[in-house]
Amino acid sequence: MAEFRMPSLGADMETGKLAQWLVKPGDRVARGDIVAVVETQKGAIDVEIFEGGVVQQILVPEGSEVPVGTPLALVDGAVPSASAPPVAAAPSLPGTPAPSAAASPAAVPAPAAPVPAAPRVRASPAARRLAAELAVDLATVRGTRLDGAVTLDDVRAAAAAKAPAPAPAPVPAAEDRAAAMRAAIAAAMSRSKREIPHYYLGTEIDLKRALDWLEAGNRKRPITERLLPAVLLLKAVALAVREVPETNGFWVDGAFRPSTPVHLGVAISLPHGGLVAPAIHDADGLSLDALMAALRDVVERARVGRLRSSEVTDPTITVTNLGEQGVGTVYGVIYPPQVALVGFGAVVERPWAVGGLLGVRPIVSATLSADHRASVGHRGARFLAAIDRLLQEPEKL
Amino acid sequence: MNTDDLRPAVLRALRRVAPEADPDALDPDVALREQLDIDSMDFLNFLIGIHRELGVEIPEADYPRLTTLDQILAYLGERRPAPAPGLAGG
Repeated sequence: MAEFRMPSLGADMETGKLAQWLVKPGDRVARGDIVAVVETQKGAIDVEIFEGGVVQQILVPEGSEVPVGTPLALVDGAVPSASAPPVAAAPSLPGTPAPSAAASPAAVPAPAAPVPAAPRVRASPAARRLAAELAVDLATVRGTRLDGAVTLDDVRAAAAAKAPAPAPAPVPAAEDRAAAMRAAIAAAMSRSKREIPHYYLGTEIDLKRALDWLEAGNRKRPITERLLPAVLLLKAVALAVREVPETNGFWVDGAFRPSTPVHLGVAISLPHGGLVAPAIHDADGLSLDALMAALRDVVERARVGRLRSSEVTDPTITVTNLGEQGVGTVYGVIYPPQVALVGFGAVVERPWAVGGLLGVRPIVSATLSADHRASVGHRGARFLAAIDRLLQEPEKL
Repeated sequence: MNTDDLRPAVLRALRRVAPEADPDALDPDVALREQLDIDSMDFLNFLIGIHRELGVEIPEADYPRLTTLDQILAYLGERRPAPAPGLAGG
């Protein structure tokens, strides 16, 4: 029997409201099925289950707001394993139950090897005893000691926070949601600036070949099948990641965990100052048409607040394109626990020397914000150079 | 040219990409993308919406001529398919 738990849908989430169950006891579910809708600061998220089986019992009724890590349902699966999806280590206010950093094992969904059901939690014997007395699940307690271990105070705080029974919460108004989203962004970005030693590199890329190729292709296509320049940029980034894998993955528990899949987060602005950066899964393997379709799909669903849990939890690197507003250069802030963010500015016509001759070319600024714990500037420079090189051969993208 | 009949279709397409936009508050002579917070994906989807509503082909090379509401209406007035014979007056 496995527990399906309230997932952490981002580094900034502390609680989630179970808005709707899409399964009932007796239903058979397969890995990846959407089983519930959870209301978060990022809007309603369709939550996928990471383990197949038969739903035995629903533990949390619709309308309840519960901390991350709370068991939501019992699922009888053939292979017991951790039911929580890959979790981004969550920063939280002291005393707020959240998964400990140790409770996020493989941040990369690579379920080939069964994950042990009990996450490793560092805690003193005294803290363990107290947790048992107070019926606090240590896996849901965030350790505040420097090494991440759970202290007695952490256990007491978790017990205190747990005390009020989950009560149905009213659906927050749009303004409240926007404020909540702002707070979530603030928490994640503060953590990023506090913990991640960023370094920044920038280059300018001549897009003439890429845009000429795109325009020629689009001329032959009906409007419904045309590609946006952003798709070329995204694909170039996804392929460059393969060459410099230190940019792709997560910094968790004091170590870099590289990711083999390239799940490209795309920053999407929302009304009222909101921002989400859901993943386009395995972007490096998608054709440009498939990437365009995926981008359109994820943008549309982000706008109406119907992203899937895997999309918001597992981007391995993020791209932000602020050129739409005419901005020249992006100096990006990395989304923890990711280790790199690529920023593109506006495509502008500029005087540009090619082969000793001055011409006018469409130029875009590309910047890399990277985590110095995971990579060095030399490798980051190679990454930007690879993006440039890939964009000079658009037909191979 | 009378483009009154095109306007509702264009606004329908616009509403789908910018549901919060108030059509009455739009300045017909100011670029839509300046008035509304829409990006290139939204704008492409807006043009696709127009294409589906009116059956007008819009080559990419014409996008720069389609920045304001008035420009779009004038452009569509020129490009719309001629009414089929026998349907006049319908």
